[in-house]
Amino acid sequence: MPDLSINFAGIKSPNPFWLASAPPTNSGYQVMKAFDAGWGGAVWKTLGVPVVNVSSRYGGVNYRDKRLVGFNNIELISDRPLSDNLREIEEVKKRFPNHAVIASLMVQSRQEWHDIVRDVQNAGSDGIELNFGCPHGMCERGMGSAVGQEPEVLQTIVEWVMEVAKIPVIVKLTPNISDITEPAMAARRGGADAISLINTIQSIVGVDLDLFAPYPIVDGKGSNGGYCGPAVKPIALNMVKNCAQHPKVQLPISGIGGIENWRDAVEHILLGASSVQVCTAAMHFGFGIIREMTSGLEQYMSEKGFHTIYDMVGKALPNVKHWEDLNLKYKVTAQINEDKCIGCQLCYTACEDGAHQAIRLQEGTRVPEIIQENCVGCNLCSLVCPVEQCITMERRDDGTEHLTWKERTEAGTIPTEFNDERAGGRHHWVPEPAAALDKEKHKTLPGKARQYAQTAAATATATVTSSSG
Amino acid sequence: MAEYKTPTSEPEFHANFAQIKPRMNNTEALFESSRCLFCFDAPCIKACPSGIDIPQFIRQINTGNTTGAARTIYEANYFGNACGKVCPTEVLCEGACVYNLQDVKPIEIGRLQSFATREAIEHNKALFGPGAPNGRKVAIIGAGPAGISAACELRSLGYEVDVFEAKSQPSGLTVYGVAPYKITNEEVLAEMTYLENQFGFRVQYNQPIASRRELEALEESYDAIFLGIGLGATNPLLLPGEERHNCVGAVEFIEQLRMRHHQTAVGRKVIVLGGGNTAMDAASESARMGAEDVILAYRRGKEEMGAYEFEYDLAKGVGVKGLFNVAPVEIVGNGKVEGVKFIRTATLHGQVQVVPGSEFVEPCDMVIKATGQAKQTQLLSLIPGLEVDNRGRIVADARTGQTTNPKYFTSGDARNGGAEVVNAAAEAKATARGIHKFLAGKY
Ligand SMILES: Cc1cc2nc3c(=O)[nH]c(=O)nc-3n(C[C@H](O)[C@H](O)[C@H](O)COP(=O)(O)OP(=O)(O)OC[C@H]3O[C@@H](n4cnc5c(N)ncnc54)[C@H](O)[C@@H]3O)c2cc1C
Ligand SMILES: Cc1cc2nc3c(=O)[nH]c(=O)nc-3n(C[C@H](O)[C@H](O)[C@H](O)COP(=O)(O)O)c2cc1C
Ligand code: SF4
Ligand code: SF4
Ligand code: SF4
Repeated sequence: MPDLSINFAGIKSPNPFWLASAPPTNSGYQVMKAFDAGWGGAVWKTLGVPVVNVSSRYGGVNYRDKRLVGFNNIELISDRPLSDNLREIEEVKKRFPNHAVIASLMVQSRQEWHDIVRDVQNAGSDGIELNFGCPHGMCERGMGSAVGQEPEVLQTIVEWVMEVAKIPVIVKLTPNISDITEPAMAARRGGADAISLINTIQSIVGVDLDLFAPYPIVDGKGSNGGYCGPAVKPIALNMVKNCAQHPKVQLPISGIGGIENWRDAVEHILLGASSVQVCTAAMHFGFGIIREMTSGLEQYMSEKGFHTIYDMVGKALPNVKHWEDLNLKYKVTAQINEDKCIGCQLCYTACEDGAHQAIRLQEGTRVPEIIQENCVGCNLCSLVCPVEQCITMERRDDGTEHLTWKERTEAGTIPTEFNDERAGGRHHWVPEPAAALDKEKHKTLPGKARQYAQTAAATATATVTSSSG
Repeated sequence: MAEYKTPTSEPEFHANFAQIKPRMNNTEALFESSRCLFCFDAPCIKACPSGIDIPQFIRQINTGNTTGAARTIYEANYFGNACGKVCPTEVLCEGACVYNLQDVKPIEIGRLQSFATREAIEHNKALFGPGAPNGRKVAIIGAGPAGISAACELRSLGYEVDVFEAKSQPSGLTVYGVAPYKITNEEVLAEMTYLENQFGFRVQYNQPIASRRELEALEESYDAIFLGIGLGATNPLLLPGEERHNCVGAVEFIEQLRMRHHQTAVGRKVIVLGGGNTAMDAASESARMGAEDVILAYRRGKEEMGAYEFEYDLAKGVGVKGLFNVAPVEIVGNGKVEGVKFIRTATLHGQVQVVPGSEFVEPCDMVIKATGQAKQTQLLSLIPGLEVDNRGRIVADARTGQTTNPKYFTSGDARNGGAEVVNAAAEAKATARGIHKFLAGKY
């Protein structure tokens, strides 16, 4: 049985799954219920200055039949009295001494920081998380992402906190910045014990087509909110990786963003996170999802022979390279497995309109055919094909050659002008522009048009062009 | 058997004839529409005789543009709502859906189609209107799918249109023939009202055109005449005893069922003669009317039946039993039907042959003849120069629908010998264009 427990910068937790600072951790009631259900830790809903919340507060992005693939909020930090929260933290810690309770904090002055850090330490918190991320409401008051976007200010505040902190301090970063490693490095310079990322991304999730107002709507008006949920995972993963790979960050990372199941969690861990935090999924499906997450993680670890979480942290990092270090000689092209093909011809239109016109339709069958000479191996067709393993990308190079852009640069063999024989586009096949006209007349014309369309064959021909002689 | 209690009231009737393609709710429509792959040169479109742009309307439903979806459907097929419910989608659009090749349930195209059009009908969405009047008049004989579709299309082209219908309601066999578990009378008629409101054609009910004199009057007052008369009554079997009480034609039985619902009398033990879709309908319907035993008797083997497999499954599903390789030789009884005398048959080199000495009597108290509809040869013979082929179908130009009498055009069952609602609707639309082309040439 793999060991799921972690010691994250000194914060111990029976498993790496924490609830992120958010509505699910708004009260002792919820945190106790979550621990009872199997969560390893909870970052308490951010404590700080008195605030007032609006209604409504949440906006959702639904995709086709899927609800909340993206989620946003214009909520502020906890609107409950600090004393109530402190009392409840104490109570939770009494019942769950081995679970991680981390107090998330956001205040303004040095004195306020000192006071609140001491308060939560006295209440028994296992750690502190500094909220430098909130992208709405608080930043206008000089807090949240306003701090997260200013590495200097961030560092100063971390220093203030470290003056009194006796428990581990995590700095939670905002993604609303061009280079996430800047605030990460500032956190380290300030003496923080760890970082967590990402907080929400500034967003408008949609606009009401009748009211002409952005969601969520407050009395006919709205505001930009913070984006999270499954849709943000790719952004979060990249930022986690950037911090994990940076030689000047070198801090434990708590990965946050789009984690909904064990697979998402493992991805964060493989890119360098050693604890993971969940908000939207818990809001969407409740605390019960933890069972699937822990069992999936356990199963994965057993299958891969990982004994502890630390066996897998950052395992994918060595394979995340800069573009210039990728092998230019590696070559794949698409291959259609005719027995699996259902003839939807989505690959045809994708390659035809969205890629390199390397798929042709064939007489007498709906199975399209790859024109190998034209295929650049972009992958698009295999991505749109609705049948598993129907279009595969097959290796075409012999595996003996390896040459990167960097190596070419160093060898002085990069093209410097477009009609250089070594330039990429020169050998790509493109059809004549005019061949596009009437190209799809063979398509079944729907409805009214169908019965009267002339069946004039409009199979336009295409020729190979080369940009120079 | 007797899975169904004989219905004695309207609600009981509706319970026994619950819709097999019930209306989708918004969530179902959202979920189902989200599955469509938006195939290129979609096979479902190709399989639809009216060529509805199916992926387009499905995507419109999915994006909340239900009205746009209804427009897409009606642009191709004026019986959009009815077709969604009564079409044999299993062998048309849904049968062609690429999901079948993955052993995944195909998209429920029919139900999505009815969902979108029903919304438009209920909210009386104004999607189409008559075209600018062009001063020409067309008479339409028959208010079935063919006649009504032609009327809509001609109105949109600016023609004045008068429809003459023998019965008291529009839509032909859609309301008088199709099985009630496929579509309700209310639903059919709501679509008819909707179309009439949109296009503003006139229908004169209880106006059979039956004499040369009536035809002459039409020929004089109209620029063209569209024949949408469908087929006729059930063919006689020419068997002894056929005149006995309770030996009825399927079309007549079904019409009564559609019009009188639970007040239709059905036997306790019913024998349905025939192996086509109408036979399946009549058998299913008898069972749903509470008959204790329903037997489908067919001359050949099960596999050779003309009916769609899913129609036979539907009948079997309500307890109908099959009796194969038997030919009826006499309807026996004393005044009223008491049984059918059959002789066993064998198929040799594709020919049905009787097995001598194998006669037996299968008792019953009702016989339904589902042995095909007659053609309206009597009426057609009154039209000068009108050619009819050896199977009684009106000969017409494949593209324009023009008959051998240039003033007459035709579509639907009368021309194709009996097909589906969708064929009549699609052909009639094309024929209306043919009329337009013909008359425009004469301007
Ligand atoms: C029992 C049965 C079940 C069926 N089930 C289905 C089904 O489930 N799905 C499906 O798609 N199709 C089904 N069909 C077939 C479908 O109903 C027909 O293909 C379709 O209705 C043909 O349309 P039409 O307009 O050509 O003819 P009809 O629907 O027959 O309409 C002809 C109209 O013309 C009128 N008429 C005829 N002669 C005259 C005259 N001299 N003067 C004035 N009016 C006249 C008739 O009263 C009628 O209203 C079924 C048919 C039958 C018989
Ligand atoms: C494969 C790919 C290549 C792109 N290349 C460029 C580019 O060369 N220049 C550019 O300005 N945007 C480029 N974009 C960004 C798109 O123009 C667009 O801003 C982005 O995809 C977001 O729009 P969408 O999600 O609606 O498609 C590219 C996008 C993709 C998917
Ligand atoms: S996308 Fe896949 S299933 Fe569809 S036609 Fe192409 S290969 Fe076949
Ligand atoms: S890999 Fe790209 S270029 Fe090649 S066939 Fe597929 S879509 Fe076209
Ligand atoms: S074949 Fe099926 S999946 Fe493809 S467009 Fe038609 S309904 Fe959609």
